[in-house]
Amino acid sequence: MVGGRSALENANPLIYRRSGERPVTAREEDDELPDAIDDREIFDLIRSINDPEHPLTLEELNVVEQVRVKVNDAESTVSVEFTPTIPHCSMATLIGLSIKVKLLRSLPDRFKLDVHITPGTHASEHAVNKQLADKERVAAALENSHLLEVVNQCLTARS
Amino acid sequence: MISLAHSLYVLSPGVKDGRWTVLQLVEALGFCLENTDPRTRGRGIQLLSQVLLQCYSLLQEKEVLHLVVFYESRLQDHHLVIPSVLQGLRALSMCKVLSPGLAVSVLKAIFQEVHVQSLMQLDRHTVYSIITNFMSTREEELKGLGANFTFGFIQVMDGEKDPRNLLVAFQIVRDLIAKDYDLGPFVEELFEVTSCYFPVDFTPPPNDPHGIQREDLILSLRAVLTSTPQFAEFLLPLLIEKLDSELQSAKLDSLQTLTACCAIYRQKELQEFLPSLWSSLRREVFQTASEKIETECLAALHALSACLSRSVLSSDSEDLLDSFLSSILQDCRHHLCEPDMKLVWPSAKLLQAAAGASLRTYHCITRSILPLLLEQYTKHTQSSQRRTILEMLLGFLELQQKLGHVEEDESTLLSLQAPVCSVVFSALLDPSVQLQLVGIKALTVLGSLPCMAFCTLFPPDSEAAMEAAGSLAPIYPKVFSGRMVPRLEEELLSGRESYHNHHSLQQRCLQALAAVSTHTSIVRETVPVLLQHLQKVQKGNGAAARNMVAVCQSLHRVALQCQQDAEGCWYFHQTVVPCLLAMAVEAAMPGKCGSTHTLPGKALLEEEVLAAMIPVISAATTHLSPELAAQSVSHVVPLFLDGEVSFLPQNSFPSSFHPFGAQRRLVALLMAFVCSLPRDVAIPQQEWLLRELLALSCSCNCPFTATTAAKCFAGLVNKHPAGQQLDEILQLAVNRMEASLAEGPHRMQALTLLLWVTKALVLRYHPLSSCLTDKLLGLLGDTELGPAAAEGFSLLMAESPDVLNKGCHADVRIMFRQRFFTDNVPKLVQGFHGAGPDVKANYLKGLSHVLNHLPKPVLVTELPTLLSLLLEALSCSDRVVQLSTLSCLHPLLLEAPQIMSLHVDTLVTKFLNLTSSPTMAVRIAALRCAHALTSLPTTVLLPYKGRVIRALAKPLDDKKRLVRKEAVAARGEWFLLGSPGR
Repeated sequence: MVGGRSALENANPLIYRRSGERPVTAREEDDELPDAIDDREIFDLIRSINDPEHPLTLEELNVVEQVRVKVNDAESTVSVEFTPTIPHCSMATLIGLSIKVKLLRSLPDRFKLDVHITPGTHASEHAVNKQLADKERVAAALENSHLLEVVNQCLTARS
Repeated sequence: MISLAHSLYVLSPGVKDGRWTVLQLVEALGFCLENTDPRTRGRGIQLLSQVLLQCYSLLQEKEVLHLVVFYESRLQDHHLVIPSVLQGLRALSMCKVLSPGLAVSVLKAIFQEVHVQSLMQLDRHTVYSIITNFMSTREEELKGLGANFTFGFIQVMDGEKDPRNLLVAFQIVRDLIAKDYDLGPFVEELFEVTSCYFPVDFTPPPNDPHGIQREDLILSLRAVLTSTPQFAEFLLPLLIEKLDSELQSAKLDSLQTLTACCAIYRQKELQEFLPSLWSSLRREVFQTASEKIETECLAALHALSACLSRSVLSSDSEDLLDSFLSSILQDCRHHLCEPDMKLVWPSAKLLQAAAGASLRTYHCITRSILPLLLEQYTKHTQSSQRRTILEMLLGFLELQQKLGHVEEDESTLLSLQAPVCSVVFSALLDPSVQLQLVGIKALTVLGSLPCMAFCTLFPPDSEAAMEAAGSLAPIYPKVFSGRMVPRLEEELLSGRESYHNHHSLQQRCLQALAAVSTHTSIVRETVPVLLQHLQKVQKGNGAAARNMVAVCQSLHRVALQCQQDAEGCWYFHQTVVPCLLAMAVEAAMPGKCGSTHTLPGKALLEEEVLAAMIPVISAATTHLSPELAAQSVSHVVPLFLDGEVSFLPQNSFPSSFHPFGAQRRLVALLMAFVCSLPRDVAIPQQEWLLRELLALSCSCNCPFTATTAAKCFAGLVNKHPAGQQLDEILQLAVNRMEASLAEGPHRMQALTLLLWVTKALVLRYHPLSSCLTDKLLGLLGDTELGPAAAEGFSLLMAESPDVLNKGCHADVRIMFRQRFFTDNVPKLVQGFHGAGPDVKANYLKGLSHVLNHLPKPVLVTELPTLLSLLLEALSCSDRVVQLSTLSCLHPLLLEAPQIMSLHVDTLVTKFLNLTSSPTMAVRIAALRCAHALTSLPTTVLLPYKGRVIRALAKPLDDKKRLVRKEAVAARGEWFLLGSPGR
C-alpha cells in the first residue's frame, strides 16, 4: 500500500496559509448552550495531520480544505474529501488512512465516516476510495506495525 | 499759408470764450469750405472739425442742426475730405443739444455714404466712436431704426482688422445685445462678423505702443460670443470644430468659451450638441497630454452639467441631464474597474467633474459609482490598487463636502455609511503607508460631513478608531479641542431622541471624549463636558444610574490618561473630585425627596454609581505630588469629619452634611480618596477618622457601607506608620471585632472587617497579622461564618482593585503570598484533619484559594507534601475546590511525574469521574489533567490505556465544543501511548 520512500514525488509543493485557531465565542463559553459539531470542528481535527513526506500539514498542502468537509451532527455522518498534491501520488492511501484514523479516534462512534479522494484528482481514485471504505482492510492495515507507525507519526502533535 | 495748428491755436479760444460764434467761424472759413480744390476744402473742414472737437459743448441746438446738415452733405465729398468730416461728426455726436432725429440721420448717412473698411484705421475708429457715442446717449432713437441699425453696423465692421478697432467694435456688439437692440434677421450675420475672429490669433508687434494683448481680444470676443443664447446654434458647432482641431490654443479657447456660455445657456440650446460635445470632451481628457487642456475640459464638463441641472424642465421635454449623465457613466464606469489602467484616472476625473456640478448630478453619479468603488476595493487586494480606488472615493467624498448639506434621506452616502467607513478603516490598518495616508485624508473628509461624522467617530470597529483618535489627539490638540470636542458635546447635550440607538450613541460620545483626552489642553475641554453631562443625567430620570456609570467610566479613562502629566493630573483632581463630592453631598441631603434613593437626583447614591466613582477619584489622586495631595486632603477630610462644605463648587446646601450620620454611603468616596494618597501624606485627624470608620464598619446594617468602611479602615491602617498609635487603634479594632464576632446581629460585618484588616497587616508583614489569621482559621470551623471565611482567603490572596494595592501606594511586600502559604498551609491541613465533616470543605476551599494565587513554579516544590490532601480534595463536591485542585495537579503531573506515578490509580479514577462534572470548566480541567497524565512513564500508564480510551469516548460527544477539543487531544495522546511511531 505504501510506495517507496526513497525520493520525494513532489519535491516543491505549493504551500498554503494555515487558518489559525478558531476564535472562542461567548456562546461557546456559556455552560448551558450546546454547540453542534460543525464543518470547521471536523476540519480542525484533520487540518494539523502531518504529511507523510513533507514537514508540512495537510492544510498547508491544501490536501484538506474546509469546503470539502461536510458533517451532519443530527444524522451522525461525516464526509471528507481530500486532494492529493499530484495525480499519481503514491501516498494517497496513506493520507486517507491517517485522516480516517484521526476521525475514528476523535469522533463519537455514532458517526458514520466517509473519507474519499476529491473526484478527478487522482489516477487510481476508485481503488483508493474502495480501500478506505472497507472496514476490514482499514483494521488490517492498522495491525501492520510498520503502517501503524507511519500513521501515528502523521497524527503526532507537533510542538 | 498759416499752419493748421497755428490757426487752431488762435481760433478755438475765441470760439470758446464766446468772442466768435461758430456761425462767424463758418462764414470766415466759407472761402475755404467751398473751394474747388479738395485739399483746400479738406483743410477748411479739418479746421472746423478741430474747433468743434474743442468746443462742441458750447454749441446751440440750431447751430448743431446746421452743422449736421452741412457735414452730412459733405459725406458725399471727395475721399480726402471724409476723414475731417467724420471728425466733425464725432464732435457733433458728443453734443448734448443734438435735436431728436439727427443721430439717426447721421448714422443713416454714414451707413449709406461711407465705405468704412476702405478708410484708414483712425478714421474707422472715428466711425466706431460716433456709433458708441450715439448708443450711449440716443439709445431710444437708435432702436427706432430697428434691425437696420444692426445691419448698418454689421456692414461697418465687416472686415475690420485692427485690434484697437476690434476692441471697440466688440464692445458695440456686446452693447447691441446687452441693451436689447433689435437684431432682426441679422443674428447669424452679426455672429459671423464677430465669430470670424475666433479663435483669436494675434501677436502684438514688438514695442506696441497701444499695449493691446492677445488676452484682451480673446476676452472681449468671448464676451461677445457668449453674450446671448441666440448665438448658440452657430457657436456650438464652431466650438466643436475648433475643439477637434490640432491647435492647442484653439482647443483651450474653445473650452473656455464653452464654459463661459454654459453660464447663460439653457438645455434648449445645448440639446442638439450634447453628444458631440461629450465625445469631444471625453476624447480630449482620455488622450491629451496637456494638463491645462484636461483642466479646461473638466471645467467645461462641470459647466455643462451645471447648466443642464439648472434648467427648468417643461412638462413635455425629456430630462437631458439624465441622458447626458448616463452617457458619461456608460463611457467611464467600466474604466474604474481596472485600477492599474491608464484610463482610470481620466474617467474618475470626468465623473467627478460632472458630479460636482450640482446636488442632482452628484446624486445621479454617486448612486452608481460609490457602490462600484466599494465593491472594487474589496475585489482588489493589492495596496496600490486599493489606494487608487480609495483616492477616487475620496474625490467623491470631497465633492459632497463642497456641495454642502444634502437631504439626509436622499444622500447615497448615508445609505453607504457602513461600507464606506469600513473601507476607510481597512485602509488605515493597511501596512502600506501610502494607503494609510489616503485613509487618513478620507477620514478627515468623512469627519467633516455631517451625515457621516458620527459613524466615522464610531465605526463598527470603534475601539480601533478611538485608539487612533487618542494617539492623534496629542499631536493635533487644537483640532481635537476645537472641532471634535464641541461636536461631541453638541451631540451629548442635544440628547437626540429620534436616533433609534440613542443610548449607544451617547455611550460612544462619552467613550470618544475619553479617548481623545490625551493632551492637557484637550482634557481641559473634555472634563467640563463630561461633568456637565453627569449633572444633566443626574437631574433627568430613567436609566440614570447606567448613564452615570458610563460617564464615570469615561472620567476614569481620562484620569488614567493624564496621570503621567503633573499639570493635567492636578487640573483633573481639582476639577473632578470637588465636583463629584458636591454632587454626592447634594444627592445625599435629606428632606428633598423623602428617603427612597431611586427618585430623580438620588441615582447617584446607588451602589453601582458610587462604585464607578471610586476608580475616578482614586485615579485622580494616586499620582498627585505630596504637596498637592496634602493641600487636597486638608479639604476632603474635614468635609467628612466636620461637614465642612465650603470648598465644594456649589456649597449652598439646604442642610448640613453628616457623613458619619445620615449620609454614610458616601464613605465610598472618602475611601477612594484617602486610600489612594501617597504614603507620606499626613492625614489630618487620622485617629478620629479611624475610630469613626471602625464604628461604622461594625455597626452599619448596610453591607455596602460596612464593607467600604472596613476597606477604608484597612487601607489607612496599612499605610499608618508603626508605633504606639497604630498598636492602640489595632487593639481597639481587635476588641471591637471580637465582641461583634462573638454574638449579635453584626457578625458578618465583623468578619469582613477582620478579613480586610488581616489583609492590610499581612501585606506589610505586621506582627499582629498572624494572630488575626489564626482567628480567621478558627472561623473556618464556624458553621455560620465558615463558608464566608473560606471565601475570604481569596480576598486575602488576590489583588484588590480599589484599595491595598501597589497602585494606591499600599505597603505591599513582594513575597507576602509565599510567606502566607508557608505560615498558614500547615495550619489549614491540620485544621482539615481535625474538622468535623460538615466544615471540612471550608478548609479545602481556603486552601484552594491560597494555592490558586501562588505562582505555579513555587507550588511544585511545595505540593508533594500536600498531595494526599489534594487527592482528597478531588472528591470534594465544591466546584471551586475541584477546579483549584485540578489546576494544582496539572503542573505537578508535568513536573513531578515520578511522585505522581505513585498515585496513578487514584488520579485516573478521579479525573475520569470529573470529566462528567456538570460544570464545563471542571470538565475541561479534568480532561487537561487526563492529557497531562500521558507524561507519566508509559509502563505505569499502559494498564489503564484501554479504560481511559473507552472513558474518553464519552466527552468526545460533550455538548460543549471546548470540552470536546480537550477530549480529542487527551484521547489522541492516550492512543499513541505504547504504540509504534510515537
